[in-house]
This record gives sequence, structure tokens and C-alpha cells, in this order.
Amino acid sequence: MIVLDHVSMKYPTGTLALDDVTFHIGKGEFVFIVGSSGSGKTTLIKLLLNEIKPTKGDIVVSGMTYSKLKRRDIPKLRRKFGVVFQNFRLLKDRTVFENVAFAQQVVEKSNKEIRREVPAVLTMVGLASEYKKYPKQLSGGEQQRVAIARAIVNRPDIILADEPTGNLDPANSTEIMELLDDLNKKGTTVVVVTHNKEIVDAMQKRVIRLKKGKIVSDVVKGGYKDED
Amino acid sequence: MKISTLRYSIKQSFISIRRNLLFSLASIGTIVACLFLFGVFYSIIINMTSEVKSIQSTLTVSVFFDEGTDENRIMEIGNELKSISNVDTINYVSAEKAWAGYIDDVYNGDTDYVHAVFGDDNPLENASSYEITLKNLSKQNETVEVIKTIPNVRKVNSSDVTAQSLNSVSRLVGYASIGIITILFLVSLFLISNTITIGISVRKEEIAIMKLIGAKDSFVRTPFVIEGIIIGLVGSFIPLVMLYFMYNAMSQYLSEHFTLIANMFKMVPVAEVFKGMAPVSVAIGVGIGFFGSLLTTRKHLRV
Repeated sequence: MIVLDHVSMKYPTGTLALDDVTFHIGKGEFVFIVGSSGSGKTTLIKLLLNEIKPTKGDIVVSGMTYSKLKRRDIPKLRRKFGVVFQNFRLLKDRTVFENVAFAQQVVEKSNKEIRREVPAVLTMVGLASEYKKYPKQLSGGEQQRVAIARAIVNRPDIILADEPTGNLDPANSTEIMELLDDLNKKGTTVVVVTHNKEIVDAMQKRVIRLKKGKIVSDVVKGGYKDED
Repeated sequence: MKISTLRYSIKQSFISIRRNLLFSLASIGTIVACLFLFGVFYSIIINMTSEVKSIQSTLTVSVFFDEGTDENRIMEIGNELKSISNVDTINYVSAEKAWAGYIDDVYNGDTDYVHAVFGDDNPLENASSYEITLKNLSKQNETVEVIKTIPNVRKVNSSDVTAQSLNSVSRLVGYASIGIITILFLVSLFLISNTITIGISVRKEEIAIMKLIGAKDSFVRTPFVIEGIIIGLVGSFIPLVMLYFMYNAMSQYLSEHFTLIANMFKMVPVAEVFKGMAPVSVAIGVGIGFFGSLLTTRKHLRV
């Protein structure tokens, strides 16, 4: 599903953000990518979403080889991912319904499909009754649920969550992780980039640990290490 | 593109126009100014062209022959004249016809008096001629020079300079209008580009999310391009409506208050002016909006 083959990323400033990173994530896996700030997590997300290109190595996602991608293929690649952004990144001037519908409008779904699928997804994340509210009227946890609803509404192959619990209290964090776990159990590959020790320890999933741009451990069922 | 996507893009365009209302109005304002001036110059030029044409049709060049030139040679000269590219129509005026015309013009058709003075003589016996009209009066001098080289042509009487002067003024107005309109077009393009740039910066976050969740280039650009087209369209309709009423009012005012001018100079009917001006104005307005926004989105979005 996701293959990184000896990927290195050196920025024009000379910073080596990722150094010869190789891993494989299979279909249906739930993987944490952990590490402190400066470990290369953000660069990894940017590479996966093809916002930047690696200076060495190659990436393959769902059979799409990044080095062979044409410009017009980039939207197709990005539609394989459902992205849950750090700080939610909801559109403040749109309601819950409109925020989720936005993801479908972007991939040019018909209004009929939008009217059918958005309420179903909102029900799934437990926000069916809040569809008219604006983001500022919701709690942090609810906002993150909207962000997850937006990420999953197009039924992506992979959910890529960047610090999904970064702005949440422990109770909300647990709920969000349970939601992601449920989606994973239904077959979606989930990649969570985080430095939240509690949830990584609690979930006992595969953990890839980055340090200064290198993979320092890749454990099938692991927890967070204090040194991170 | 799907209908739902088009509907979404149109909705977003209106939202963007509303959000940046001042800039949108400024863009519309410059297009209005630009196309209003275009319309004014267009009306002037079309009226002058029409006037030049009507004068041109009344002005003739007369070609006289050497004394004693026989009829065959006169016919040959006629054929040679027809072969000159700038010659439009050609009409043979016999000596009798010329004399009859002279009697009409000078003696008000008083044939009794003329007969009493001249008897059966025709003082214009050697004044048979060809009267020709030209396609392009501005090339009259060149054409006259060519005609003068034809053997047995004694004299060529050409029309005065009125039509030529009108033609030159018309051309001058044309050049001036092209200059002014070009400057205004550039200002319009610049302002539209600014409006779209602001629209892009206001929606920066939305565009970034769009791109990351798989929006195609065209999906991101379309609302901005539609916004430009709407601005261009509104900007082209306003001056058309203004000019329609102003032209009619002016036409009416001239005929009511300046009868003399109105008799000399007949304004082209408004419907005829608008037949050409309306589609061109709309095309220019939409064109400025379309290209202004397209170039800006290409420059700023790079999606």
C-alpha cells in the first residue's frame, strides 16, 4: 500500500530532514509514526502528499510510483488519502455539513451523492445533529470529528492523520483514536503521525520511530519511548 | 465539467465578488470606462465612415479626351479606366448630355434662352467625358496620376479635398481611440488581476486544503475565471445601456435643435451602430475578464 524506498529529503537550506528512510505499510494496517519535533514527521507527510519531492529514493502508494507521476496524476494520488490535518483546518465560514460536503465538491461528486453521503458520515462520527453548526460553535473534539468526517467521506484507501489529538484533552483524544480504530477495522489503512505518548501506548499498534530523519525503530506492537 | 461543479464554481465566484466588493466594483468601473470610451469612439467612427461614404458616392472624377478622339478610342479608354483597381463606377457623359446638364445647372433649364443665344451649337462639343467614382478617396491623387498616363486623356478633373479631409480626421480619431482604449484595457487587466489576487489570498487556506484533498487544477481555477467573466460581463453591459440612451437622446436633440446640422449630417440609426458595437463590447469585456483572471490564477495558484 505505502512503500518508501531509501527516501532522503534535503532542503535547499542544507537541512537533511529524512535520511535513507525505508518502510512498507500494508493494506489495512494501523501505524503510528512517532518522533520529537525535527525528527522528520512533517516532511514525511509532505512527501506522502506529493507537496515536495524526495531528493533521493522513491515512494509508491497504491501502485502509483511518485517519480513517474505526471502533474495531472497528482489529484488522483491525493484522493487515495483522507487527510486529518493538525489544528483541524476546517473552513470557519461554513457549517459542519458544508465542511464535509466541501471534500466531495472538490472531487466533483454530484449534489445527489453529497446529500446521501454527508449525513451518513456525520452519523458515523456522531455529529448528525450538529450539521448546521459552524466550527466555532463546536468543542475541540467535535471539530476533530468533523475533520475526520471530511477525511473519510470520499472513502479513501488511507487515512493520514497529522497530530489528530494535538489540541484535545485525554477523553476526547481517546474518542478520536477509537473512531480511527473503528475505521481501520472496516479495512481502511490508518497512518497517525503523533507525539502523544498516552495514545500510542494505549493502542498497542505498529510504531515507526523517527529521530533526526532516520528510522530508529519499527515495532509491530509497541508503545512510545521516553527518549522521544 | 459536471453541472454540480459548475454550479459550485458559479456560487463561489459570486461569494468572492461579494467578499471583495470594493475591488470588484473598481474592476467593473474601469471596464465600464474603457468600454464607454470604446463605444463613444466607435459611434463617432461609424458615423464619420458613413458620412465619408455618402460624400464619396457624390464625388466624381471627370476624364476628358483629346480633341478629335474617335468613339472606338473612347471605348478603349473606358476599358482601361475599368481596369484600374481603385475605380468603382464609370459613366460615359456624351457632349450632348454634358451640354444638357450645363443648361440645367447654369440656366436653370431655360432652353428657349439658350437656343436664342447659342442656336444649335454645342459649346461643349469636345467635352464628352467619363465620370468615375473611386473606391477609396484617400488614394484619389495616385489614381488621377495613373489616369493621366492613359494616351488621349487630355484632362482629369478631380473632386475637392473635403472627403479626403474627413477621411483623415476619421483615421486620426481611429488612431487616438486605439491608443486610449489600449491604455484603458491594460488598466482593466491590471485591476482584474488585482481583484483576483486578493480573492486568492482571502481563500488561501481553502485553496490549500482543496489541493491537498485532490482538487484538479481546473476545479481550483474555475471560480476565479468565472469571477473575471462576470466582472467583464457586467462591465460591458453598463456602458452599452448608457450609450444606447445617450445616442438616442443626442440624435433626437440634434434633429430638434440643430436642424441645419441634422440635414447636413445624418446620424446612423442606433440599431445599426449597436449591431456591431454590442457584440464587440461584450466580447472585449468578457475577454478582459477571462484572460485577466486566467493569467492571474496561472501565476498565483500554480496547482
